[in-house]
Amino acid sequence: MKARLDEQTMALRVAREFQDGMVINLGYGIPTLAANFIPEDKEVIFHSENGCLGYGPSPTSEAEEDFHLVNATGSFATRKPGMSFFSHDESFAMIRGRHIDLCVLGGLQVSEKGDLANWATSYNNIGNIGGAMDLASGAARLIVVMTHTTKDNKPKILKECTYPLTAPRCVNLIVTDIAVMEVTTKGLLLKETAPGWSVEEVQALTEPRLLISPDLKQMEI
Amino acid sequence: MINKIIDSFDEAVADIFDGAVILMGGFGPANGTPSNLLRALERKGVKNLTLVANTPGYGRLPPGAKPFRKTPPNYDDGGILIQSGQVTRVICAFPGMSRPGISSPLHEKFYEGKLQVEMVPQGTLAERIRAAKAGISAFYVPTGADTVLEKGKETRFFDGRKNVLEYPIKADFALIRAYKGDRYGNLVYQGTSRNFNPVMAGAAKITIAEVDMTVPLGSLDPEAIVTPSIYVDRVVPRKRMDQGV
Repeated sequence: MKARLDEQTMALRVAREFQDGMVINLGYGIPTLAANFIPEDKEVIFHSENGCLGYGPSPTSEAEEDFHLVNATGSFATRKPGMSFFSHDESFAMIRGRHIDLCVLGGLQVSEKGDLANWATSYNNIGNIGGAMDLASGAARLIVVMTHTTKDNKPKILKECTYPLTAPRCVNLIVTDIAVMEVTTKGLLLKETAPGWSVEEVQALTEPRLLISPDLKQMEI
Repeated sequence: MINKIIDSFDEAVADIFDGAVILMGGFGPANGTPSNLLRALERKGVKNLTLVANTPGYGRLPPGAKPFRKTPPNYDDGGILIQSGQVTRVICAFPGMSRPGISSPLHEKFYEGKLQVEMVPQGTLAERIRAAKAGISAFYVPTGADTVLEKGKETRFFDGRKNVLEYPIKADFALIRAYKGDRYGNLVYQGTSRNFNPVMAGAAKITIAEVDMTVPLGSLDPEAIVTPSIYVDRVVPRKRMDQGV
């Protein structure tokens, strides 16, 4: 099988989207890894649903672990100058009031219209909504980062999502282990392919017809 | 004299009754969960409770099982009341993961048909609780529109966007956790242990705050008080620091 990007490299590609001054919320999984790849010339502020703006990286020793400072995934974070704490209603006022510049979430399925499904694999299961529905419908810009296909190589980018939706028409950019695609009103625009991957190979693993960007390039990693 | 301090966790939950709707503060296995109040409620044995919490919790893990996350010392969450069968309905945003060897008590009881579960997006959960506290009769929000959560709810378009009508969660008791409290019921918190606690304070008929310590009246900076005393009915200290100083 052809080489695909690993999780760290996908996170690195996501972090290239960080702009100076952005307030960013990172979801569970690969999105969280993007915090390790902030471009050196950019200053960004991370928001966590459980009431924190501007937290620092994960602690490097057990002595630094503080049960009063965890991020929304339940992992320890650290203090950083300029950070603030607030309650859950305030935190979601930030999210729903479109104050979060960029949100990065994991995905189970994304449709060509930018619908996202990421909280349950069946209508009969309980699943975990958490803050995903609010973030998906409230963030100013939403990136979904995920593997391009399921474990058995079935497309996760579909004409219509079959899993329960998190929010409709909310995704702006999809970063996968083989491609980067922008959601446009005309459909999905293929902007980058992973090293060694052709347009045809990416298309073969994508259900909807991809539009090809005139500036199509190989992902720089 | 106003004195909301009660020294016993058991006494503080003595009037919680069968069928009560209970708000529980906290966010996963970090601090900010009223563990002692929950244990007192477990001892009391009241039944048929509705538990409203972001993350109800895993309860007591089977011996040898590794928890998903480290927990603070002497930690218990709402999962213990699901395990004991005292909770029959849960309203939450994040039931938790399940994996081989550990499924949460919520998943177990739900699939056994012994527990009703209502899933609410986290922001909508916070706002429905805040609405109850603030006397808001209902509110419209885009979150959940065109998803399975829209089912059975009124919808309306604002600025071209579909919104869902959501109602307050009306509760009987709020069990919350804070860092310091005084005899009036003013509260301050620590870090992300704040989470749902200030939202829930005042959102139920009776609010009971478990605090790390009670401090003398006047020692909390009025500029820095997060939960004003009006929202709190009982303050139960882990440690008293307000006497004989």
